[in-house]
Amino acid sequence: MIGAGKIKQYSNILEKPLSKGKQEVSLSAFAFLFSELVQYNQTQVDNISELERRLEDAGYAVGARVLELLCHRDKGNRRETRLLGILSFVHSTVWKVLFGKVADSLEKGTEHEDEYMISEKDLLVNKFISVPKDMGTFNCGAFVAGIVRGVLDGAEFPAVVTAHFVPMEGLQRARTTILIKFAEEVLRREARLG
Amino acid sequence: MTSTACFIIVSRNDIPIYEAEVGSAAKRAEDAQLHQFILHAALDIVQDLAWTTSAMFLKAIDRFNDLVVSVYVTAGHILLHIELTFI
Repeated sequence: MIGAGKIKQYSNILEKPLSKGKQEVSLSAFAFLFSELVQYNQTQVDNISELERRLEDAGYAVGARVLELLCHRDKGNRRETRLLGILSFVHSTVWKVLFGKVADSLEKGTEHEDEYMISEKDLLVNKFISVPKDMGTFNCGAFVAGIVRGVLDGAEFPAVVTAHFVPMEGLQRARTTILIKFAEEVLRREARLG
Repeated sequence: MTSTACFIIVSRNDIPIYEAEVGSAAKRAEDAQLHQFILHAALDIVQDLAWTTSAMFLKAIDRFNDLVVSVYVTAGHILLHIELTFI
């Protein structure tokens, strides 16, 4: 037969390499699912901060799993032990797998030692969402903030992660910034490791 | 000849999730508790050692008589803890 390849048969299922899985999901399917998630949570809560907290908790579960998965798939079984290492892991690898591109920028806060910011011109989850005026500073990027918090918490870098809108001249929509504030023990451990 | 005596999976907060006595070593009742005790005592050592290296498999981190403790740390700091006896 022409062009018939031979698929390698593995005698032991443990020896089969892990499949990469489907790389892409339809954007409209995800947007639909996410909008339903937000709407469902809106019916369950009375105030904005509770809604943000729920979205963050949903993202936290994603982050914890994504950390383990990506460590095996993309990083060849190497853990992150340093602050800058885990931040660039989130900024590049996690963003690339989740949103198809690396984050726009990673900055260190000027006022406080323990603050870092990941910025994105057009966050995927906020793409199809408009926030009414009476909801104030609510940001659906809380879901992504939860993902980042899940990754950092899993790798033992406890932090408070929040999402903010930063208005920019020249852009129609405001830029979204994920603000990461590390706990005291992380900085002490970083100083100790030198 | 090395044989595995006891295998424990420990979560991030030092809570054992799974435990098994494996290998061809002779299974005696009092040994089981000793194995568990040794593995739990080694948890502190693992936590310090985990921050010194970015490798995931840490070999022979602790010894007790002729028992050797090794551990595999995952990205989320979940520990796969193994104890070996040399026969």
